[in-house]
Amino acid sequence: MNRVFRAEWRKLRRPTLFYGTLIAVMGVTALVTSLLFLMIDSGNGNSREGQLINRQVLSSFKGITIGFSGSAGLLGLVALCVFASQTAQEYTYGTLRNLLVRQPKRMTLLAGKFISMALFSLISVILSAAVSIGLAFALAERAKVSSELWTTADARTALIHTFINVFLSVIAFGTIGMILGLLLRSPISAISIGVAWLLVIETILSAVVKNSAQWMPGQLINSIASGGDFNASYSHAITTLLGYLAFGVLVVAVLFRHRDVSN
Amino acid sequence: MFNKPEIAISATDLTKKYGDRVAVSHATFEVSLGTVCGFVGPNGSGKTTTMRMLLGLISPTAGTATILGESINHPERYLHRVGAMIEGPAFYPALSGAENLRVLADLGGYSIHQIQDLLERVGLGDRGDSKYKTYSLGMKQRLGIAAALLPNPHLLVLDEPTNGLDPAGIQEIRELLRTLADDGTTVFISSHLLSEIEMISDSLVMLRKGEVIFAGKTQDLLLRQQPTIMARSLDPKDLLRLVQIAHDAGHEGSIINDTAHILGPTQWAPVLNRLAFDSGIVLAQLAPVLPSLEETFFEMTGDQK
Repeated sequence: MNRVFRAEWRKLRRPTLFYGTLIAVMGVTALVTSLLFLMIDSGNGNSREGQLINRQVLSSFKGITIGFSGSAGLLGLVALCVFASQTAQEYTYGTLRNLLVRQPKRMTLLAGKFISMALFSLISVILSAAVSIGLAFALAERAKVSSELWTTADARTALIHTFINVFLSVIAFGTIGMILGLLLRSPISAISIGVAWLLVIETILSAVVKNSAQWMPGQLINSIASGGDFNASYSHAITTLLGYLAFGVLVVAVLFRHRDVSN
Repeated sequence: MFNKPEIAISATDLTKKYGDRVAVSHATFEVSLGTVCGFVGPNGSGKTTTMRMLLGLISPTAGTATILGESINHPERYLHRVGAMIEGPAFYPALSGAENLRVLADLGGYSIHQIQDLLERVGLGDRGDSKYKTYSLGMKQRLGIAAALLPNPHLLVLDEPTNGLDPAGIQEIRELLRTLADDGTTVFISSHLLSEIEMISDSLVMLRKGEVIFAGKTQDLLLRQQPTIMARSLDPKDLLRLVQIAHDAGHEGSIINDTAHILGPTQWAPVLNRLAFDSGIVLAQLAPVLPSLEETFFEMTGDQK
């Protein structure tokens, strides 16, 4: 497992992928957090779907986490793309046969790949948290938001919870990407179908079918990142999503274990 | 059959079907340790499929095989001693050649300190830091061979390793493979360059439409074919008489480009010489010729020249 992890990490750390992705993650977080503070007096809202997060909410001990948790969806999409492309490209490049000759235990190969990509995601979430917290403190005074409660023990606890929830949501997005990559064996197909489902189809279905959001994987992931929301409670989101992911992982594990590698 | 230490590869009734299509049918052959075995057959005859089964990449529909004494049902027990390049080189375009090898070295648990030596061994010593996507076909092929050598293998399985190489490159790879075999590495190699296979192989496995039509020593295969005696006379008019003499002695012949081609074993050449002399025919040239592997291949596989 350790050997697979090291090999996969060698691929992930190549500068264009590693720094490119981390810069994108920091950019997304900076944008979401900045808009939260700079657009606080805008009539169009300063958060997702035009919601307004006012000064009272931002000044609470949870205020420090709002920008960070608001970035979770976009961080998740980045993770989905990374997991899907890193998995499916083994088929398109034909490198899977090299990997399986050097590591014939297929489940070990999958697990090692997953762990290294999970570490990559962890780094991106840490960076995102750092950027969001730093910017929140930097912009609070300008937006006339009190940061007094952001340094309390309650704030630290909220931050830890948010960090765990965001990380879980990012890993969930990544797992979906990996499942799609293994099923479709093409990075473009895996990413486009994944993004289209999570961003477009789920949004439409949620709007037209009442209460459907509580069963949609993408919406459930967003609920987890927020620690539970109007779509689904935290426990419902966690258990339902775990069920979906367990089923998906089981299907692709069986396929990957037994499928002939003929490309 | 199992755990015979002197046998590197042993396949028994190895079969692979895709629906109704039979890719490999009851392939049975052995490859001795420390030898170079050529694996030949027309396109689509099942060579790559067989190699993939031996490497645990695809599951056989029926039959068994052992590699270095271990069943192919447990590739993890032998692949750490096997180097392979199947169906051309495949690497990550955005990584350098050396970094691609480091990925595989990490994965297999091999030292990354040997990589520069390996690159030099295959003639890529000064291009290891270049991105793989900038490599020519020949360089990609060399990198594939370097990757196959990473585990310091007991068995090398190479599928068309000389594709895209220039004549000098082909000669280098031939010498490299011969050196490896002399050092005890078993080499199982497929190639369309039959002259190369003939030069380096101790034994051959020949496939046609998924079936093994020959498995054994290369020399045995060539000797099984009808050898020819080529004769030229001082007076070309005598060739017709020479062919008639051979015919009377039970050997068929024909004249092609002022040369008589008479089917007969090497040992019959001096007899023909004496018969010609007795008939007053002076021979300018008399040479027994074994058919080449290429000629034998076309004859046995029925493939078009």
